[in-house]
Amino acid sequence: MGVYIKNNSFDQLLTELSRDYIITAPVKLPGKGAFSDTPLVTYREIRGAGEIEFNEKSRFSPKEIIYPITQTLFYFTENEYSRPAVPDQGIIIFCRACDVHAFRRLDEIFLRNGGCEDIYFAELRKKVKFFVMECRESFENCFCVSMGTNRLEDYDVMLRVSGDAQECDARGDFAGIFTGYGEAVEMIPRFVEENHTKVTVPENIDRQVFKHPLWEEYSSRCIACGHCTVSCPTCTCFTMQDIFYEDNPKCGERRRVWASCMIDGFTSMVGGHGFRNEKGDRMRFKVMHKIYDFRKRFGYNMCVGCGRCDDVCPEYISFANCINRVNTIASGVSAHE
Amino acid sequence: MLDINTKKLIKNAYRVTKDRGFTALRVRVPGGSLDVRYFDIIKRIAEEYGSGRVHITTRQGFEIPGIPMVKIAEINEIMAPLLAGMESAIGVEINDLNGGYPAAGTRNVSACIGNSVCPFANFNTTELARKIEKVIYPNDFHVKIAVTGCPNDCIKAHMQDIGVIGMVLPEYDPDRCIGCEACMKNCRKVASGALSMVNYKVKRDHQRCLGCGECILKCPASAWTRGDRYYRLVIMGRTGKKNPRIARTFMEWVGEDAVLKVIANMYAYIDKYIDRTLPKEHVGYIVDRTGLPVFCREVLLDVDTGSMGKVAGFIPFGGYVYERSSY
Repeated sequence: MGVYIKNNSFDQLLTELSRDYIITAPVKLPGKGAFSDTPLVTYREIRGAGEIEFNEKSRFSPKEIIYPITQTLFYFTENEYSRPAVPDQGIIIFCRACDVHAFRRLDEIFLRNGGCEDIYFAELRKKVKFFVMECRESFENCFCVSMGTNRLEDYDVMLRVSGDAQECDARGDFAGIFTGYGEAVEMIPRFVEENHTKVTVPENIDRQVFKHPLWEEYSSRCIACGHCTVSCPTCTCFTMQDIFYEDNPKCGERRRVWASCMIDGFTSMVGGHGFRNEKGDRMRFKVMHKIYDFRKRFGYNMCVGCGRCDDVCPEYISFANCINRVNTIASGVSAHE
Repeated sequence: MLDINTKKLIKNAYRVTKDRGFTALRVRVPGGSLDVRYFDIIKRIAEEYGSGRVHITTRQGFEIPGIPMVKIAEINEIMAPLLAGMESAIGVEINDLNGGYPAAGTRNVSACIGNSVCPFANFNTTELARKIEKVIYPNDFHVKIAVTGCPNDCIKAHMQDIGVIGMVLPEYDPDRCIGCEACMKNCRKVASGALSMVNYKVKRDHQRCLGCGECILKCPASAWTRGDRYYRLVIMGRTGKKNPRIARTFMEWVGEDAVLKVIANMYAYIDKYIDRTLPKEHVGYIVDRTGLPVFCREVLLDVDTGSMGKVAGFIPFGGYVYERSSY
């Protein structure tokens, strides 16, 4: 259902929706970038349409909205435990086509992997409605076309900024609500059809690639900071933390907190052993997971080509270029720069 | 027959050199950032009047040597655009743009490159240097001030009468913290060890924190973000023959207004206490004579140090003297 909605009406529409939904969107926070006097584009609960950042890619992905960085699983006292409250409202997420594809990957891991559904993820996931912001053109470092995540069928609302208005394609219950705030138009979603960055994911990867000297280069370049994985919309690894409250250690809570295969300690074991002490080994593990291992189990690649890892790497390591280098090696040609 | 008033010449930012009849002009570059179009003027003076060379000074200015003293008036007219563009334009009051620099005692306010380029800098150092220049120039009192973006102190603020060091109050969102400890390990290695882990989250010891912002730079999850901007003032560092020493912290966690007010007050303090029997007296030696309490009373007049601000009650300046009996 296509609807043309002026921005002030769109704001009123969000006010109506906020009765039943927590509305989250990328916002631009001035001065909150890591470098002084720079902004941070990140996800926040919003109160009005004016807060939404339509023009820039967010540094972090929307996955944190339903898969929080720190999530309390339960609180415990001496003999009892209780679970934290879950909000009654639904959750609207303003995001991009690639982000919706990324949620599908999270679903595989949390809902369909190992035959056991993650209840914490599931109860928030089913509340989600996707309001997808059309990408007029590719952002820097995006390679969604190569990963097949540029197009999208499954969305609740598709939005296109059109001057001082939004052209929307609203589906389901939203169609009726949206119609009340604007006039009917034809709105056929448009998708990015070309990125500046292009990758070729190799179909088959011989195990010889694991031992290729390519990875040694990353051992010297990578600093194991974890920026890439924390910004990644498809990384799902977490660790468990049992907290005993400082002023009363008889009470506490169990949390799960994001973890990163790139950071020291991820593979630490009793006795001080670690599987991937070399940063190049971690890079290999991450790259293979994103473009090979996940595919072997679920039939499609994990990486969605949002390019956030390349946006944030302080050492200018390009994940996209690494894919292409692996492809070159897998094709039987020696690695190039 | 040369009849030159050297007192006036010196205050005009020229100097008496070892070559009789020849002088050198010192060009100020407040904040150390220069529009390249001014190179044309500096080049012209050096080529047409000087030796064809410039010396890049430690205070981020240019010294143009080999200028015949008789050419000073002519050069002053040529350099009018320098004064207009680099002094008048930032609010410094210059009455006669064709008369050259109106004072030279108060030295150029130098600055590190700041946050226009450097990831570590907590603010735009050039902008603050220019604001300070507006407060203190023109003035004949011998004062050296420098501005630096973070406690790395690349501009050597610790060698100045007043060194301004940028700080940021790091804000921590424990829910965003993944417990990677990058901030804590880095703080211990490169800064002050102000961070520790408690229950997998980070605790910051404000007494130890330098406000350098390293934790923010290291954080992959933006659990650490930038809060309000503050400054640390280090004072009375100096080189010189008598008692060279590094500057010590006078105030920290104060705002820009406090910095500018303290600097303005310091000039009133100098005016009140300077030993006028000497050709010149550096402010550091005035503080040696009056003691820190008098300095504090004068420079803190009407200064709002804010809720976060701290002021040193006592400063063990130290340094060294070449012969104890002469001190």
